[in-house]
Formats: sequence, structure tokens, C-alpha cells
Amino acid sequence: MANLDYLEDLGFPGEFPFTRGVYPTMYRGRFWTMRQFSGFGTARDTNKRYHFLLDHGQTGLSVAFDMPTIMGYDSDHERSEGEVGRCGVAIDSLRDMEIHFDGIDLAKITTSMTINAPASILLAFYLCTGEGKGTGFDQMGGTIQNDILKEYIAQKSWIFPPEPSMRIITDILAFCSDHVPRWNTISISGYHIREAGSTAAQELAFTLADGFAYVEAGIAAGIDVDTFAPRLSFFFNAHLDFFEEIAKYRAARRIWAKRMRDMYGAKDPSSWLLRFHTQTAGCSLTAQQPENNIVRTAYQALSAVLGGTQSLHTNSMDETLALPSEKAVRIALRTQQLIAHETGVANTIDPLAGSYFIEAKTREMEEKAQEYFRKIEELGGVIKAIEKGFFQKEIGRAAYEYQKAVEERRKVIVGVNRFKLEGEKLEIPILKIDHQVELDQREAVRKLREERDNDKVARELERLKETAAGPDNLMPVILDCARCYCTEGEIIQVLKEVFGEYQEPPFF
Amino acid sequence: MGKKIRVLVAKPGLDGHDRGAKVVANALRDAGMEVVYTGLHQTPEMIAESAIQEDVDVIGLSILSGAHLTMFPRLVELLAERGADHIKIIGGGIIPDEDIARLEEMGVSRLFGPGTDTRDIIEFIRKSCADSVS
Amino acid sequence: MGSNGGQDLQVLIERFEQGHATAAARLITILENGGEPAESVMDRIFPKARGAYRIGFTGPPGAGKSSLVLHISQLLRRRDVQIGVIAVDPTSPFSGGALLGDRIRMQRLTGDPGVFVRSLASRGSLGGISNCTDEVADLLDAFGKEMILIETVGVGQSELEIAETTHTVVVILVPESGDGIQAMKAGLMEIGDVFVMNKADHPDSELAAKEIEDTLRLKNVPDGAWIPPVVLTSALEGRGIKELAESIEKHHRYLEEEDRLVEKRRRILRSRVRSAFMDRMERKIWDDPSVREILSERIGDVYEGRLSPYRLVQELEKRVKIE
Repeated sequence: MANLDYLEDLGFPGEFPFTRGVYPTMYRGRFWTMRQFSGFGTARDTNKRYHFLLDHGQTGLSVAFDMPTIMGYDSDHERSEGEVGRCGVAIDSLRDMEIHFDGIDLAKITTSMTINAPASILLAFYLCTGEGKGTGFDQMGGTIQNDILKEYIAQKSWIFPPEPSMRIITDILAFCSDHVPRWNTISISGYHIREAGSTAAQELAFTLADGFAYVEAGIAAGIDVDTFAPRLSFFFNAHLDFFEEIAKYRAARRIWAKRMRDMYGAKDPSSWLLRFHTQTAGCSLTAQQPENNIVRTAYQALSAVLGGTQSLHTNSMDETLALPSEKAVRIALRTQQLIAHETGVANTIDPLAGSYFIEAKTREMEEKAQEYFRKIEELGGVIKAIEKGFFQKEIGRAAYEYQKAVEERRKVIVGVNRFKLEGEKLEIPILKIDHQVELDQREAVRKLREERDNDKVARELERLKETAAGPDNLMPVILDCARCYCTEGEIIQVLKEVFGEYQEPPFF
Repeated sequence: MGKKIRVLVAKPGLDGHDRGAKVVANALRDAGMEVVYTGLHQTPEMIAESAIQEDVDVIGLSILSGAHLTMFPRLVELLAERGADHIKIIGGGIIPDEDIARLEEMGVSRLFGPGTDTRDIIEFIRKSCADSVS
Repeated sequence: MGSNGGQDLQVLIERFEQGHATAAARLITILENGGEPAESVMDRIFPKARGAYRIGFTGPPGAGKSSLVLHISQLLRRRDVQIGVIAVDPTSPFSGGALLGDRIRMQRLTGDPGVFVRSLASRGSLGGISNCTDEVADLLDAFGKEMILIETVGVGQSELEIAETTHTVVVILVPESGDGIQAMKAGLMEIGDVFVMNKADHPDSELAAKEIEDTLRLKNVPDGAWIPPVVLTSALEGRGIKELAESIEKHHRYLEEEDRLVEKRRRILRSRVRSAFMDRMERKIWDDPSVREILSERIGDVYEGRLSPYRLVQELEKRVKIE
């Protein structure tokens, strides 16, 4: 390939610019982590499930929260009606977190929490839970998603406007650098950007642009880049276009390494590494002939493995219909095990390197991303581009374009617009959600408000308000609020009074 | 000038998955309809009030959170209370057959499942509006 | 509506008079659709309009029009003023459809019976508002709204019709991207009664406001004439809203002195009648079969160069009889 400098552009696996992978031995040393994400019901239900998983040898837990927790509403808030404990666990205060991890040694496990706008509060609940067990902050490890920029861009679970949100994030970065060194502070996510309808190039470019914005914000807040950059990780989608996806991961590593070293002056080689988790594309699954989804997911998973992912979640075939059944979840996990143990693809490190097509595609992805970085720069950076609706419009347009291509059959979706089964009946399994969960949770918050020291609660919330209005790090006071059992909703409410609430303008 | 079909597209509930709602809104606009888009995090009360003030012919809701059995009936009830039960309600999302039957009995006109062609939605709206404007 | 349209209309008007929002909304639709039914509605509604004060909000896209309309509405509601809001969005010239998204910004007004918000599609009108904006404002007026806030399309074309519809025109600009120059080109400097420099947290906002002030001062104005103030606001944080409201009120009071408002109302009505008359004449003329016939017969001669376009116009003119 013309102008391809092997050392400059590819390098060896585990060496700059890491196009071929972040570790020298990759899967020959150790497979990727097979991490399946789940969560449901009350803290008590989930706790039982965790004990079961830990007894069976799992060492990492992954928490999915319900929508009210994600949006910062307590379970007894009117906006929470009908949504408590639905698509994840309901956590209102430190009390719920204590129940959630009852009997679990937080020094021995790591916990991944999919939480963004209220990440600082859930992290505080977690740290205080450990504190109550006598576990030091520096002994606890885990991940919070904490990627607010992609919320404005795609996932839309925001609370505050962008600027105060970025301040909360830099407060977390600074606090964890000093006190919780084993914590992964941001999982910079392209997954949701892709699910919202973006192209592969947009996913790559927008996610990395978000990453740069966090690094710049950290540096601007006076934190040494090498103290927080090794704690940043990424989360990508694995969609259907096999080689394009592989090229996307390879380009991502190369862009990140160069930018971190050359532009942000990171000296620690671990700051240069783009480590990432991958989930197969939920939006590519079809309700029609759902068994076909097993095949789709398998190819997507293979692309992530060939692209050098550090961990992987494979979707279940029935996820477009309802929450997955046990059997479907098992097949999804087996898909990964099959790739690891039977196909032999893990025996070779970056087996596609040097292929003309792969290297050209990787460069093409890189160039498309650079083009987007220029546009974002011109608009005044990521936050300005969000305020102008740049990402939202780009993604909306791509999603509509995709839909039209499917409807006009320019794009074939097997079982949907071609190769249909006539008279196929979609059997949608009924997901029974016990309303009792919501009632119990509401009652629990009510009781908590009665039992705790409400004078102390009022004092700490007042202190929170003052701190939010000033320049000091928010984390210590949020921890104090957590310790005296302020609820998530109360803490959020105080912050809303200072920071305001975000409202997205209509972008089409 | 003549009559234009007016449709309200809204996304109730706390989740932010508005891809489907936006795609449908775009498709209806391109089919010549006037689409009032009220976006995310809508309560049935907000939807009813907007639909009434905007005098829409149809309300389209996108529900993915599983809250369809609370959202749709509440909206039907609110419209009836305010003398606006002529407004048709359609929806999209992941909804089991059993619930579809129940919701259609309660007065929801039509529910569209995953993989629906937007042209089917357009045709359904045109037809139901032609029936009511006699 | 069918054959018993007249009777239906009667029922609608009665329900409208009783204060039912559904009836008001349906009547607005009839006004939007135009023609004979719209005229019948106007016959009934117009005498009931009580002279609500009309405020226009215009400016380039993304300047923050909807947010300011929201803030001003909230302020007026705290004073218990009944509010009507009309928000205009563009109709697609290709499909004839429209995406009306302004309500998203106004969600905090939901649940307040003292506010009625209606989105209109521009439906081919190029002046920044819909052709029926005046009529819809009349209807909201007759419905008991004391202040009508009208937001223009805001696609950056010359949206000047708002000045022929409202009593106070608020022109909203932002410091970025040379809005001031654009505003001058688009003729907004001539129609603004109050100027807003939104996004006051922007480092250039004061400078940009100053530029606008200087430009306004360069114009030759007679003694005692209104000099438009420039207000700094931040729609995001709600700053400067009180000052904006005060400026609007000041302009309102200014108009009330020396019968200026009466004159303005007359002028607005005269221009409405004129444009409605012109529309009707235009339609009438183009619907005339003999006009069409001559045009299609003679256009060939124009094409061949045997006849100048203006001679053909004179021929057509002879066919038009105004009775």
C-alpha cells in the first residue's frame, strides 16, 4: 500500500501507535472478558443474583439502573410512576446500595455501573457502602460510565446543561486521581451514538471527539494528564459491516495514541492506550425470524475480536421482543466461547494486519474521523457543536437515510425486506413486571425520610448548594450527603437549583 | 389552501430513545403532513394538552419502556374528559399481542411493531383521516 | 364538515364562547385552511377581538427566540396576564409537510389554562409568518388572551411581515457569526422596536450590542421618536428577562401616547385589507378562463420575439374588469 509506513502507521502489537492492538500478546496471553450486562428489580433481588454469580466464580459485577435512578428521580417522585425497577435496579440512597452489596467484600470484586448524569452520587453511595464495611477508597475498583457528552449527542439521559455537567466530571476525575486510584472514571461510549442511527465513521469520530473533550477539560482543571488518562476507557458498537467495523477499532487506537502523545503531551505509555469494551448492535436485530439474530450477533462478535476488543457483550436473539430469556442469554454467551475456543481466531495476534483492504479501510476511517474533528473544531468544540445540534442532526439524518434505504430495498435486511416468511406470527413473550416492586420501593424511601436525622440532611444539602455555587470539588460534600442518607433525588434537586436543567432544542 | 393532516409525535416516559419517533416524524413530513414534534419525557397530560391546542388528527406515541399499559389508557381517558376523543391514537414499540388487543379495545386505533415500513404508517393515517373527514 | 357545516360552525362558536380549548383549536384549523369557511369564522370572531397587544419575536435561526418567548410568557403569567403564543415553522417546499418543534421549548407552560400555544406551518408564505397569522391572533384575542406573542420562522430570510402584524417587534441577535451585519442586510434594523443581544455570557456580547446601538443612532430620527433600546439577555440562564419585558412595556406606553397605537392599529388593518384584497384579486384574475386562454395563445409570440412581454400584459389587462 502506498505511503503506508509500517512502524509509523501500524507498529507491532502492544507498541505505538497500537493499530494492531494494545497488548503484545493479545488473546494468546488471555481472552477478552466476556461481560454480560444485566439488572432488575429491587436492591434485594439483585443482591441475591450477585451472590449466585460470585459463588459461581464471577469476579466482576455490572449494574444496570432503572430509568428514575438514571434521570435523578427518587422512586416516590411522580415522574417515576410505572418505571421503578423496570429496566434495572432502583437505588434511592446509600441505604439501597448497602442492601445491594450486602455480604459482598468490595475489596475483592470490581463493579461496573452504567450511570451518567448522576454518576457522582452513585459513586458516592458505592464508596460509602465500602467505607461502612471498613474498605478503604483506595481498595475499591470499578467503572462508572460517566460519559455525559454522548447523552446530549445520542442517548438523551441528561439532567444539567453541558457546562456544569463537565465540571462535575472534572471533579470526579480529580477526586478519583487522589483518593480512588483504581477507579475507571469515564467509559467513553460510541455504542449509543451508533444505536441512535449514526454511521460507523460518525461513531468513531464523535466518540473520540468526546474523549478529547474530557482530556482537555481535565487538563484545563489542572489535573496531570498521566494521572487520569490511563483510567479512561472506551465502549464501541459492533455492527454488521464486518471489515468496516474492524477498521473502526484499529483506526480508533491509532488516532487516540497519536493525539494523546503528540497533542496532550502524555508521557506514560498507558495514557496512549485505547482500551475498549464492545457490545454487538442491538439495533441490527430483527423481530422477524429472531433466530437469525444469533448469526448476526456471531459475525458482529467476531469483528470485535478481530478488532482487538478488551471485553465483549453479545446480545440475545430475542432482545427486540422483550427482556431476554435464559436460553437466549446462554446462546449469546456460548457464541463468544465458541469464537474463543473453537474457531482458532484468538491464536494469531491481529491476523488481518497488512491486508490491503483492511489497511486502506482503516486509513479511510481515520481520514473521515479527522474530517469530522475539523468540523467540530470549526463549530467551537464539542459543547458548542452540541448546543448547535450538529451531532443530533447528523445522526438523525443518517438514521432516516438508513430507514429509507431499507424501505426502498437498497439495503437488504434478511427476513424483513427480503426472504420473508409469509404469515410469520411474531410471538412476543410477555414480560411480567410486578408492580409490588414500585410500591415497596416507594414505601422504603418514605420510611428512610422518617428515620434519618433530617436536621443533618438539611445542613448537608445547604452545604452542597454553597459548594455547587463555588469553585470547590463537589465530591467530598456529595459523600457527606450520602453518609447522612440524603436521597439521590434530593441531591439532584439541589444541584438543579444551582445548575439549571438541560432542555434539548428541536433538531432535525 | 385546503386541509392538511396534522399529527402529534411524542415520546412518553423517562428513556431517551427517540430514534424511531424522529424517523417517523421525518417520514410523515415528507409525506406532506404537518407534524407537531414534542419530543422526549412527555406525560399523558402534556400530550393531551398539546394535541388539543394543535387540533391534530392523530397522536403517535413511541413507547419502548414497557409502560404502554399505563400511558395509552391514561391518554384515552384524558382526551375523552376534554371532549377530544375524535383524535386518533396510534403507537409504536415492543408490545405483546395480548396487550395490543386490550389497548385496541380501549380505543387505541393501531399499534405498529418493530420493523414496520413507514409507508404503512402513512397509509394508515391517510385512510383514517379520509374516513373521518366526510 | 359536510352539508351541515353552518350548523357545525354555530356549535363550534358557542363552545368557543364558553371557553373550550378544543373549539378554539378547531376554529384555528378552519382559519388555516382558508376559503369561505375561514371567512365565516372571521365574521363571527372579529367583532369579539378586544384589541390584545401583539408582540413579534424574530431573528436568525438559533438566536433563542423560543426560549425568550417562554421566559416572557412566564413573567407575564406571574402577573396573571392571559397569553396566546403563535409559533411559525417552515413548510417544506418539496413535500408541503412541516416539522413543528417549537412547543418543546415551551413545555414549562403546560398545564396552565392561562396559556394557549399554537404551532403554524408557513404554508408557502415567505415573509416569516403564516398567511393566517393575523386571523389566528384575532381568534386568540377573542378567546380572551390579552397578550399575543408571535414567533417567526427564523430561517434567516427577510422576515419582515411581522412588522405588519404586531405592535412591538423584538429582534433577537447573538454575538456570534456577524449577526448584526446579517440583520442590516435583511432589513431587520428597520423593523425592530426592541433589540436583544442574547447569550450575554459570550465575551463579545457587549461589543456586539454596542455596534447595534451605534448603527441605530446613525439613522435620522425626528425629535421625540422612539429609539430602539438594545437589551442583553441570556435565555439559557433567564438573565435580562425583566429588562426585556420593561423595554417592551416602555414601547407599548410610547405607542399609547399621542394616539400612536390607534394609528398603528389602523395602519396594520389597512395593510391587512390591502393584502387580502390583492390575494383575492390575484386569484380571481388567474382563475379567469379568458386570461388563461390569451396567455397560452400569445406566449408563443413572446417566445418568438414578435411581442414584448409588456404588450402581452396590456392585452391581459384589457380582459380584467373590476366590478
